[in-house]
Amino acid sequence: MPDHGGHAQRLYRPGDTPVHRLPAHCKLIAVFSFVLIAVATPREAVWAFGLYAALLAGVAALARLPAGFVLRRMLIEVPFVAFALLLPFIAEGEQVRVLGLSLSESGLWGAWNILAKGTLGVAASVLLAATTELRAVLLGLQRLRLPPLLVQIASFMLRYADVISDELRRMRIARESRGFRARGPAQWGVLAKTAGALFIRAYERGERVHLAMLSRGYAGTMPVIDHLTASRAQWAGAVALPAAALAVCVLGWSL
Amino acid sequence: MSTTDEREPGGRSEDAGPRGGGQAPLSLEVAGLAFAYPDGHQALFGVDLSVPRGERVALLGPNGAGKTTLVLHLNGILTAGAGSVRVGGLPVAKDTLAEIRRRVGLVFQDPDDQLFMPTVREDVAFGPANAGVRGAALEARVTRALERVGMAGFADRPPHHLSFGQRRRVAVATVLAMDPEILVLDEPSANLDPAARRELAEILLSLDLTVLMVTHDLPYALELCPRSVILSEGVIAADGPTAELLADEDLLRRHRLELPFGFDPRAARR
Amino acid sequence: MHVPDGFLNAPVSVATGVVAASAVAVSLRGARRELNERTAPLAGLVAAFVFAVQMLNFPVAAGTSGHLLGGTLAAVLVGPCTGVLCMAVVLLMQGLLFADGGLTALGTNVTLMGVVTVVVGYGLFRVLLGVLPGGRRAVSVATFVSALVSVPVAAIGFTGLYALGGTEDVSLGRVFTAMVGVHLLIGIGEAVITTVTVGAVLAVRPDLVRGASAAVRRPLEIRGGAVPGPRPEPAEPAAPAAAPAGPAPARSLRPVWLSGLAVAVVLAAFVSFYASAEPDGLNRVANDEGISAAERESDVADSPLADYGVRDVDNERLSTGLAGAAGVAVTLGLGSAVFFAVRRRRPTDGPTRAVQAGHEGAAASAGGHA
Repeated sequence: MPDHGGHAQRLYRPGDTPVHRLPAHCKLIAVFSFVLIAVATPREAVWAFGLYAALLAGVAALARLPAGFVLRRMLIEVPFVAFALLLPFIAEGEQVRVLGLSLSESGLWGAWNILAKGTLGVAASVLLAATTELRAVLLGLQRLRLPPLLVQIASFMLRYADVISDELRRMRIARESRGFRARGPAQWGVLAKTAGALFIRAYERGERVHLAMLSRGYAGTMPVIDHLTASRAQWAGAVALPAAALAVCVLGWSL
Repeated sequence: MSTTDEREPGGRSEDAGPRGGGQAPLSLEVAGLAFAYPDGHQALFGVDLSVPRGERVALLGPNGAGKTTLVLHLNGILTAGAGSVRVGGLPVAKDTLAEIRRRVGLVFQDPDDQLFMPTVREDVAFGPANAGVRGAALEARVTRALERVGMAGFADRPPHHLSFGQRRRVAVATVLAMDPEILVLDEPSANLDPAARRELAEILLSLDLTVLMVTHDLPYALELCPRSVILSEGVIAADGPTAELLADEDLLRRHRLELPFGFDPRAARR
Repeated sequence: MHVPDGFLNAPVSVATGVVAASAVAVSLRGARRELNERTAPLAGLVAAFVFAVQMLNFPVAAGTSGHLLGGTLAAVLVGPCTGVLCMAVVLLMQGLLFADGGLTALGTNVTLMGVVTVVVGYGLFRVLLGVLPGGRRAVSVATFVSALVSVPVAAIGFTGLYALGGTEDVSLGRVFTAMVGVHLLIGIGEAVITTVTVGAVLAVRPDLVRGASAAVRRPLEIRGGAVPGPRPEPAEPAAPAAAPAGPAPARSLRPVWLSGLAVAVVLAAFVSFYASAEPDGLNRVANDEGISAAERESDVADSPLADYGVRDVDNERLSTGLAGAAGVAVTLGLGSAVFFAVRRRRPTDGPTRAVQAGHEGAAASAGGHA
């Protein structure tokens, strides 16, 4: 039997820590407010971003997430790092000389701004995804009043992500067992046709699941079986992160 | 809407509709059913079928005969192009869909299509929870449904960790939990090993329910269903006692049905 | 094209957030017409597909990569309103789970990759379908062109937002040339994937392609089913039962208006393609010219935002044309969103029930067959 849950599940790292146990909607609020605060911080307050990073590191430690895991997940950021690194070379304005290179001063600040804020945003999302199951994220979004139709599309999407990766794996095996190797643009045609076939296969499989759900009275929303509520203490725990960040931000503006 | 009165568990009230004709009330009445898919392909050409309450009927037919299309009409997933379907006297229509889907327990061929929740318990609870059952009543439904298929000890396991035969039994439990008027099974014996096949047969025989079983497995039909109908090219081509239909080699051949090598329907039954 | 946190300033982030939120609100209302219980999972599949497609990163030009957007695909398969919703869901989940695209830039990302691509792609698709002779080939051509165009238009939109609220002072011309050049190439990939996918679905399950729904409804045939024995003789055909597909609705002024804009956009795409024959984009600058480029650029004064002139393009006529087309595209994207928003009442959010949403587990589990 293949691994269950597909690629999407690997985002989540099971555990039983205070961070894992927080209800998803509390964590969503915490992450959103944290990122908002980080973005609103003036870029000149370099030390503030250090403190933000320390806060996130604290959360990661509390959730017992190994640093390597978090850093590997953060690689998604690389394209923007590349852009940020180019900025000092191409931005305009006053030039400064660093190691014999003439760099744009505003470009340097811009690069720092993107790197610092972008990285914090990425890290916060990585922590959220690593400590919260997908279904809990959906449930949390629903509790935060995201319209049911969007939640429904999102839950089907996550389900299909698994179906698609599953079908893709089978089709790749079928292709390769007949000697096909994707080596470059010459094979793109085959891959494009794969995309079409993949769509239909995934749809028809997902359609059967959906029909089975309809047959048992599914009408667009999942029935609530256990009510998930956040205690005052849990809210306090979740709010601790953005509250600390807010203090740093206010300090950053006032100094 | 009077349908709410008919929701009592067991549903043995006399709501079988006017066409009971003095006999046992009908669980299922299909009349003149025709249907074409949106791409223009017509699959059903006027199907008539009545199943009295408590009867077990096998629906036989070659691939492409329209069996699955017919089954999807029984709970209103497909809407009849012409003709009508009634379940326990209630016509299948847009405003009766919720009740119809509670009454028709549809067990799909692939249990992986049917089981999608993280645990067996949540999966079995899904149907009744959609119908508004909560708390202790829901728990009781789940336990009872799992007991009826001999899977009570597996409630907290993830479905995909079970064997194929166990998953099919859980799939049956998911619809039993909805207290259906009629159980509709699509190829229940497909991909089962002989032991799992026998266990499922015992479970189905122990249920006091109307059963419509779509199958290619002719010995299984003979074992479980006293009556069979043959669906061929979108119409009912034959309807009678299973033993008689299976003994008619000419009829079977015309509809691309084949008994397994060495199987004699006359010898198999008593 | 995923915009990270801190890339655009607060006013632009908030403004695009408002645009995105209204577009989603309008789409939620419109999607009720497009979706029924059988097509709801199709929306989820399209979202998943767009998700997957966006992960295909094309290495374009030295060093950078871009990815497919998928907006046209979504709109053609499930309709424009549902398409916007799919894109919004994809971007939300990417931001939350994969940290792709900043959470504070969600509005910007939804506006650019969701609203602009869907509005441009679908608008152009309908216009082309109206113009071209019928048949499956027309659908393919329309799909190809609208997917091709939608991507660079989104890039132009990005440039426009950058002009309004970029936090870095990189010359607008450079951003424009780099973004549009790269996204023209991506547009080709997008066009191929979208056309092949729509074509494959059209061939096997035409009922799933919403943009081309003109399925032929034939009257149902009823054959006499006899009880004992077979009876193949066909009996009298029954009256047509299904509602016949209505004739093409009367064309209002909107398609005309849209087609004018679409032509402008097509022109912009082709014109800027030739413009980028001498690409002076982000990468070339850094790799080939390095520091000298920065020095040379440094004495060029920053132009005001309103002056859209593309300075890196020598030909003045082209430069003007590009600027005009950029304006057209941005107007098309934002204007249409506002247009729709104004025309329909904002929906009032129904009461949301807290719901146990959980079902990724076994759905995909192993051993499938059949």
